[in-house]
Amino acid sequence: MKPAAATLLLAILALAACQREERDTRPQSALGSGEQPTPVTTLEPGGQRPSPTDNKAASFEANAFHLSEGKRLFGWFNCSGCHANGGGGMGPALMDEKWIYGSSMESIHATIRDGRPNGMPSFRDKIPDDQIWELAAFVRSLSGNAPSSAAPSRNDDMMVHPSENRMPDAATLGKSP
Amino acid sequence: MKQAAQPAPSCGDAQLTRRASASRKHSPGALAAMLLVCAPLLTAASEPPPAPAISPPAAAAPPDDGQWTMPAKNYASTRYSELAEINEGNVKNLQVAFTFSTGVNKGQEAAPLVVGSTMYIVSPFPNIVYALDLSKPGAPMKWKYEPNPEPAAQGVACCDVVNRGAAFANGRIFFNTLDGHTIALDANTGQPIWNAHIGNINIGETITMAPLVVKGKVLVGNSGGEMGVRGWVKALDAGDGHVVWTAYNTGPDKEVLIGPDFKPHYDMDKGKDLGVTTWPPEAWKIGGGNMWGWISYDPDLNLIFHGTGNPGPWNPDLRPGDNKWTSGIFARDPDTGAAKWFYQWSPHDLHDYDGINEQVLLDMNWQGKPRKVLVRPERNGYLYVLDRTTGEVLSAKPYGPVNSSKGVDLKTGRLIENPDKQTGTGKVVRDICPTASGLKDWQPSAFSPKTGLLYIPHNNLCMDEEGVEVNYIAGTPYVGMNVRMIPGPGGNRGAFTAWDIAAEKPAWSLKENFPVWSGAVVTAGDVVFYGTMEGWFKAVSAKTGDLLWQFKTSSGIIGQPITYRGPDGHQYVAVLSGVGGWAGAIVSGDLDPRDASAALGFVNAMKDLKNATTAGGTLYVFRLP
Repeated sequence: MKPAAATLLLAILALAACQREERDTRPQSALGSGEQPTPVTTLEPGGQRPSPTDNKAASFEANAFHLSEGKRLFGWFNCSGCHANGGGGMGPALMDEKWIYGSSMESIHATIRDGRPNGMPSFRDKIPDDQIWELAAFVRSLSGNAPSSAAPSRNDDMMVHPSENRMPDAATLGKSP
Repeated sequence: MKQAAQPAPSCGDAQLTRRASASRKHSPGALAAMLLVCAPLLTAASEPPPAPAISPPAAAAPPDDGQWTMPAKNYASTRYSELAEINEGNVKNLQVAFTFSTGVNKGQEAAPLVVGSTMYIVSPFPNIVYALDLSKPGAPMKWKYEPNPEPAAQGVACCDVVNRGAAFANGRIFFNTLDGHTIALDANTGQPIWNAHIGNINIGETITMAPLVVKGKVLVGNSGGEMGVRGWVKALDAGDGHVVWTAYNTGPDKEVLIGPDFKPHYDMDKGKDLGVTTWPPEAWKIGGGNMWGWISYDPDLNLIFHGTGNPGPWNPDLRPGDNKWTSGIFARDPDTGAAKWFYQWSPHDLHDYDGINEQVLLDMNWQGKPRKVLVRPERNGYLYVLDRTTGEVLSAKPYGPVNSSKGVDLKTGRLIENPDKQTGTGKVVRDICPTASGLKDWQPSAFSPKTGLLYIPHNNLCMDEEGVEVNYIAGTPYVGMNVRMIPGPGGNRGAFTAWDIAAEKPAWSLKENFPVWSGAVVTAGDVVFYGTMEGWFKAVSAKTGDLLWQFKTSSGIIGQPITYRGPDGHQYVAVLSGVGGWAGAIVSGDLDPRDASAALGFVNAMKDLKNATTAGGTLYVFRLP
């Protein structure tokens, strides 16, 4: 191989490495919380109905930028004050396999937006909708429910548990079912 | 230095009580055995017992009537019972008289009350009050009252949804609900008489403390030091529940009820509007200083004494200054709330050292002079003896491992902070002892005038801390500190220490695996009762600490034991079992031990508690066979 071709190849490879995942750094809604209803039970009399999905959920869930933003906001909106770094305190643990009001992105989004009756406050109109989706995505990463390639890989503060990209799936704790 | 008073003839007392009771049967063998055990004590009884060298003021600790009408037993807060039927010799025979489920699987921190032939208990949220008829077999329920507090209140209660008990006065039961109500019930019927809404959960206020009734006023304070809630104490009229006075613990003098009568002993507490000027601008409005602990009352001086909680947020860099009047103690006039003196245990608190623990009022000779003192095992690790007429510190000795400070300067009254353990934003400081939960938290100690010892249930924990930035959002936590706790020196996470007040040193100390988060009670039978978080209810000798009896209850014990004389004339011991509270939140809140910062860092020290006990709420009552 000629040196020029090799250089060209290296340059192409280097440029290819600059390819980052798509990120939407300017969320659409400055404020507003979405109105999507989300059931909090799997019991559906008269037969199961299609569960609602939001296309936001999919686009935020596996996105490293949104997950890391969610991690930052988790502290800034004092989520960590009640749920600690996922282990819980005033509020329930978020890193285990137990979900009182559902584990889906849509359910967690609804929980943050509307609150829940036993102590979860409603952040409706206090947190912009896209940031609620970022928080919901980060919450799922605490129990190993986000792709490890996208979940945050370091804590900027005191080590309290392995970083989110190393959290095992809470349902299996890393073991094969 | 005084010597502990000779043990009074407790065995003799027990026998008198027994003879007076016609309803009890004894085998001749048992009686003979008791006579043998008691023989040496009976000989000692022929000499008149010397007056105790340290004793509570009579007006604050009237002769025992066998009832238990307030969690601290009396205004002096001794948690001492003159009942002596159960003593060192026979306590090993204790057996269960009856049990009762509170129906709530959260931390049971309350003290049962006994008035006449009725026992009253308050559950954690949803704060159900039960009245049990002690005159009937099995103590059937006489009535129950469900206040139905707002469920959302659970989301702003910092450390489990506990309640520390009710208070009885003039035919009424007074108690607080988590969502900020004080309620008066007719003690006979359970019918509500008044319901005062004094706390607002939407700014993070809850109420967990037991009220104290003084001179026709119900004294109540708020919780919320982890939510940026401004602390206060209110006096409610016992008749109709209207607020007679409100004293804030931060802010301008007129709202703190500081006026011309205010005469603090130390220069650091003198000056105008220190509750404003020792804070960054406006920070006192969200600065904590809550009053969620214990109040004592001296009728002779006409003063109440109450502590003030930690300043908020925990991260000290966000609130330069002494942060008056947090982490200190006030003496106030109960009629008007006017402050008489103040002393600050932890100026510019660095480690969440709330100053709300119990204060035991005692009269004693101090360095040859009779003094009216107030004894306080404080969260920062020191056993303080204060002159309760002035707030002067007579003694401050550590009663366990302390490295966050290097003592108390008795000239200035100021705690000498250890600069090596100073926390701040972005800085991880390791091995700070004691922890945010203190060498001792709310769990109240007991004092026996027979031994001169204070029986202190406490923790032995250290911690790492890192201050972080925090935003104030009303109704959400305002802490700004990452914490993880670890066992203290020796590895035992708890201890039960008998402290010789006059000698300023421990008489004995027992190690416990978990923090001793229960209260204590001591009796004239020289028996001390306390519980462990594994669920053991223990009786130890008041003189030596020797374990005399223990019983495994269904869940960890964090409640306050009491003892009373039942309608049958015999002595009973009662305690609520049911793990929880800050220390037990890992179980009652089902927290995840893989996060070292869970429950404000406490979970890291309690990782194995889930393997030792489960949640539950049960009353246990014991008696001799």
